[in-house]
Amino acid sequence: MANVKRSPWLLHYDGSSCNGCDIEVLASLTPVYDAERFGVINTGDPMQADIFLITGGVNTQNAKTVKQLYDQMPRPKVVVAVGVCACTGGVFKDCYNILGGADTVIPVDIYVPGCAARPQAIIDGIVQAVELFEKRSKEHDEKVRSQKKGSEVA
Amino acid sequence: MNMIVRIILYIVLAPIVGGLLEGIDRKISARMQRRVGPPILQPFYDVKKLFKKQVIIVSRSQTFALIPYLFLMILTGSMFFAGMDILMCFFVMSTAATALYFAAMVTSSPYATIGANRELIQMMSYEPAVLLTCVGFYLAEGTFNVSEIAASGRTDLLFMPGFFVAFVFILTIKMRKSPFDTSTSHHAHQELVKGLTTEMGARNLAIFQVTEWYETVFLMGVVGLYLINSNPMSIIGAIICILVVYFLEILIDNSSARMKWEDMLRITWIFTLFTAGVNLLVLMLIRL
Repeated sequence: MANVKRSPWLLHYDGSSCNGCDIEVLASLTPVYDAERFGVINTGDPMQADIFLITGGVNTQNAKTVKQLYDQMPRPKVVVAVGVCACTGGVFKDCYNILGGADTVIPVDIYVPGCAARPQAIIDGIVQAVELFEKRSKEHDEKVRSQKKGSEVA
Repeated sequence: MNMIVRIILYIVLAPIVGGLLEGIDRKISARMQRRVGPPILQPFYDVKKLFKKQVIIVSRSQTFALIPYLFLMILTGSMFFAGMDILMCFFVMSTAATALYFAAMVTSSPYATIGANRELIQMMSYEPAVLLTCVGFYLAEGTFNVSEIAASGRTDLLFMPGFFVAFVFILTIKMRKSPFDTSTSHHAHQELVKGLTTEMGARNLAIFQVTEWYETVFLMGVVGLYLINSNPMSIIGAIICILVVYFLEILIDNSSARMKWEDMLRITWIFTLFTAGVNLLVLMLIRL
C-alpha cells in the first residue's frame, strides 16, 4: 500500500543566498535528475508543502519570514538546510546582519553542506528527508489516533 | 433503475478514472519533456497524503464553500450520466464553479483573491461556448435530454463540428491547461504562488483535487456525447475521441506559455463566434 513517502512536496525558500544553491536546487528538478519521478513537486505554497528547503543564511530581515513559512506548513514536516550558508551562516557568518544558519530560527532536520551544494548531494538530502517525513507521518497518525481516543473517553 | 445504477457507477468510478487520466497526463507530460515522470498512480498517492496531513484552518467558511463545489460537481456528472437535461448540467456546473470562487475569496489572501478573480474571467470566457454547445445539441437533435441525444440515430459530430472545436478549445480553460491556466495551474512556480488554491492545504486541497477528477470525467463525457448514437459501436469511437482530445490538451499544455487574461477573453470569444456561431447559423438554415 502506498504511503506518504511517495508524495513529498517541496517548498523552496531563498534566504540570503548568493543564488548558487538555488540554481543547484532547481537543477535537481530538471529532466537530467527528474525528481518528479519520486513524486517530488516543487510547490511554492507552504500550505501544501511537506519538506522545507532553505538556502542561504538567516538575516535580521528574513528571520520573521522563515519562521512564518515554517509555521504555515502543516504537520508532519521536515526542514532541509541546503548549502553551507543555510547550515551555519557560511562565509557570511560574521556579517552584521546575519543571525547564522537556518537553525537559529527554525528546527533543521537535515543539513546538506557544500558551496554550492551539488545536485546529487541535494537529492541525497531530500531522500533522507523523505525517510524522516515518513517516520514523522507515522508519529503524527499515532498522535491523531490517540487524541481521538482521548476525546472519546472524555 | 438503470438510471440509479449509472449514477452510482459515476460516483464510484469517476474519481478512479479521473485520477488515472491525471496520472497518465503527468506521465505523458514528463515524456514530452524527456523525463521519466511519476508513476501513473501518483495523483492517488498525493490525495492520500493530503488527507493525512494536519488541517490548518485559514477560514472556516472555506470548507463550507468547498463542500458545495464537490457536491454540485457530483450532481452535474450524475445528472449527465443519468441522461437528464444537458443545459441543466451546465448550469449546475457553473454554480459549482461559483462555490469554488467563494472558497478562494473568503480567505482574503491576496494570491487567492487574484486567482479567484481570474477564475471569474475564465468562466466568462468559456461560458458562451458552453451555452452554444447546448443550443447546438438542441438544433441537431431537437432535444436537450442527454439520453435522447445519446439514443438518436445520428452522430452529432457530423452536424456540429464547429461546436465541437469550440468546446475542445474551452476545455483547455476548464481543465486548467496552459495557455489558459491563469487562475491556478498544475505546474509549479507561478507568479501567484498557487492562485486559487493558495490557501487550500491538506484535506481541502484533496477535496479540490477529487472534484477536479469528477469534473474531468463529466467534461470527457460531453466530448463523448458528440459521437455516441444508437449504435453500440459508437461507444468505442467516443472513447477513442476522448483519448485523442485529452492527448491534444496535454500537447497544447506542454507547448504553450501562459496568456494574459485580455488575450484569453478576446481569443476565446472570437474563436467561439467563428466556429460555434457559424455552425449555429448553418444548422438553423438546414432546419428552415
